[in-house]
Amino acid sequence: MSRPLTSATADAHGGTAAPAAATAVGHEAGGDAVLRVTDLTVDFPTDDGVVHAVRGVSYALSPREVLGIVGESGSGKSVTSLAIIGLLPKTARITGSVRFRGEELIGLPDKDMRKVRGEQIAMIFQDPMTSLNPVYPIGWQIAEGIRAHHRDVSRAAARSRAVDLLALVGIPHPKERAANYPHEFSGGMRQRVVIALAMANDPDVIIADEPTTALDVTVQAQILETLQKAQQETSAAIVLITHDLGVVAGVADRVLVMYAGKPVELGSVDDVYYRPRMPYSIGLLGSLPRLDAVDQDRLTPIAGAPPSLINLPPGCPFSPRCPLRQGVCDDEEPALRQTDGQAHYAACHFSHTLESEDGVPEGLFSATSADFSGPIAIMPPTGAVAPTEGPQS
Amino acid sequence: MTATAEQPASTAIGTEPVLSVRDLVKHFPITSRGVIRRKIGDIHAVCGVSFDLYPRETLGLVGESGCGKSTTGRTVLQLQPATSGSVVFQGQELTDKSSKQMRSVRRDLQIVFQDPYASLNPRMTVNDIVAEPLRIHGLHDKHSGDKMRELFRLVGLNPEHGNRYPHEFSGGQRQRIGIARALALEPKALILDEPVSALDVSIQAGVVNLLEELQDRLGLAYLFIAHDLSVVRHIADRVAVMYLGKIVELADRPELFDRPAHPYTQALMSAIPIPDPVKERERRRIVIRGDVPSPASPPSGCRFRTRCPKFANQLSEGERERCVEEEPALIERGQGHPAACHYAAVEKVL
Ligand SMILES: Nc1ncnc2c1ncn2[C@@H]1O[C@H](COP(=O)(O)OP(=O)(O)OP(=O)(O)O)[C@@H](O)[C@H]1O
Ligand SMILES: Nc1ncnc2c1ncn2[C@@H]1O[C@H](COP(=O)(O)OP(=O)(O)OP(=O)(O)O)[C@@H](O)[C@H]1O
Ligand code: SF4
Ligand code: SF4
Ligand SMILES: [Mg+2]
Ligand SMILES: [Mg+2]
Repeated sequence: MSRPLTSATADAHGGTAAPAAATAVGHEAGGDAVLRVTDLTVDFPTDDGVVHAVRGVSYALSPREVLGIVGESGSGKSVTSLAIIGLLPKTARITGSVRFRGEELIGLPDKDMRKVRGEQIAMIFQDPMTSLNPVYPIGWQIAEGIRAHHRDVSRAAARSRAVDLLALVGIPHPKERAANYPHEFSGGMRQRVVIALAMANDPDVIIADEPTTALDVTVQAQILETLQKAQQETSAAIVLITHDLGVVAGVADRVLVMYAGKPVELGSVDDVYYRPRMPYSIGLLGSLPRLDAVDQDRLTPIAGAPPSLINLPPGCPFSPRCPLRQGVCDDEEPALRQTDGQAHYAACHFSHTLESEDGVPEGLFSATSADFSGPIAIMPPTGAVAPTEGPQS
Repeated sequence: MTATAEQPASTAIGTEPVLSVRDLVKHFPITSRGVIRRKIGDIHAVCGVSFDLYPRETLGLVGESGCGKSTTGRTVLQLQPATSGSVVFQGQELTDKSSKQMRSVRRDLQIVFQDPYASLNPRMTVNDIVAEPLRIHGLHDKHSGDKMRELFRLVGLNPEHGNRYPHEFSGGQRQRIGIARALALEPKALILDEPVSALDVSIQAGVVNLLEELQDRLGLAYLFIAHDLSVVRHIADRVAVMYLGKIVELADRPELFDRPAHPYTQALMSAIPIPDPVKERERRRIVIRGDVPSPASPPSGCRFRTRCPKFANQLSEGERERCVEEEPALIERGQGHPAACHYAAVEKVL
């Protein structure tokens, strides 16, 4: 099963490096993508410097597909989605393109964007109270959500649709419960209400940002089931953001792995989980303790921490933590390029050395228990540029 | 002396437990709002919990939010007084000790908390943070510098960084600092309250490895509190599953994962997603309905009955009556380990 990893050489890398820009734009989905994100970047100017939170994200979402987005905390998953639906603070500097059914959303006036958000792209957040108003009954809120975009629907019709939606997401006694306020529901029930709200206008895209992270696993299972039901009902495509690789494995068709503000791997869940072609994805999968593992040896952590997004050194952002790093990695950031499969992309100068045989390459990361990478704010593992908040020395 | 008889599921029969907890109860009063605060009820956070912890073993304590895991840990350490029950640590009863007497006990029994951000004083250097327990116990002397360096190395941190402040370290590094501090007094046992839950998985793995390595090297016993059964399967020797203030199942690790006998354990295991697309697609999932009832008014009889799939789908009217009226004891009913269900039956879930 395991195969030795021939250590990659700069020679093997040869002349494959293509100009970073010319790649990976809008894969698959051909012309019928419901949502197409191209070279999206987001910068936040702060007192400490410019935070490059999103550094070139591209993906195309097909109708009805579920795309999982995973990555470490701070990798830009939420900011990417907030940029798509126009909910970033005014300070954010956004470039690139987001097209919904061909229509450009970046730079759209607030008024038009609000319409898109209500009717075409729905958003579900980790905290259901982000979407709910504490002072109105939930049935009223859903009905208003419908009427805000469909003035021709009567109040009574909207109310009865709200009750239907509550029934659909599994709220018991929906007719009576419609009159209750958000605080009269548990966290899991509130998230169901938010899903009902998201479905209200039959959106084409639902973006769910860690919708189950705050919930217990038994409740998470209920909510994921409800989300899948919502998808069947509305035929929406779903972008599911989570840090839980188990959730993505069960729910998503494709997965996008993010690191330091960029996609580093994109492919079908089977491709990425069984044939990962980028060292960070390999490390992430290898570091997981598994419920289905009988006698798992020591885990294999990824040593060190993600880089600061303020002063990113040139080259591959994963290089300080990467066991395959070569000289070229610190000079040139690898682009997201097609790897072994048709629709499988990876951003690594050496992903071809990880190709061929099926299976997750083993032995790449070691089962260490130490972390000598040092204080993060003072000495980035590269030793390159020291960012801001230091000790008051 | 002999091992406690009522703890059949133990890897260490024949040795004396370091920690024995019996019928531990912790209630929190619910008071009315307003000027005169009257007690109007109780939150039944921990309701008769019993377990033993043996030297060099890891006992995993798992369950969902609010089931009483942290309260159990804190009450064992007498950080909160127990309502009733007994906690015996190294032969001494702790529940009747004064806080001054507890101080010397805590040399041998330490706790590490979940939040690596909140639990370290931001104004102290990490050296001072790690050395603080030595100072409190009057053990700080000219050799402490060496001791600090040794502790830093032990938890896999660079000793050169001891004069930095907590905010300069990543989450995983801060958790290592918390562990170094807990180890400063060379304890026999550690209560680890969700020590890796706040960390990204790639970083969590290093801390889990560290805990395993420290146990091997120092012979520590761990009470490992977690809501993540995957981590527990990896690290624990025995596992206790809690629901609404009670232990519902207790078994050796292989036994629990291969032969879960309580409907709650089965549902919990089946709800946890596995990072394997094919397995995940082919899995049969026991989805349990509803939410955990309030610990202020737990259901009569079996506390799991309001959500129990067996109760809802398999039992006859007559059988259900027993679930409603009689509380199931945590005893062995022919499954090889104790489970608190009148109709316990092994079902393979994984
Ligand atoms: N308003 C803001 N101003 C400055 N920096 C920001 C702002 N919002 C986000 N960031 C930074 O952008 C980066 C990406 O954040 P983002 O919230 O997208 O991460 P994430 O991948 O969603 O992480 P998590 O898993 O923790 O939710 C982080 O470094 C974050 O600190
Ligand atoms: N100091 C307190 N006062 C009142 N109620 C409390 C107190 N501490 C805990 N509780 C309640 O006791 C119950 C058990 O809480 P505990 O923190 O032990 O749960 P837990 O299993 O550790 O949960 P989590 O996984 O969320 O940490 C909960 O209902 C909680 O609200
Ligand atoms: S992940 Fe980055 S550092 Fe590692 S081999 Fe690939 S390009 Fe180089
Ligand atoms: S005692 Fe009854 S309600 Fe409780 S777990 Fe067993 S079958 Fe379910
Ligand atoms: Mg986020
Ligand atoms: Mg807790």
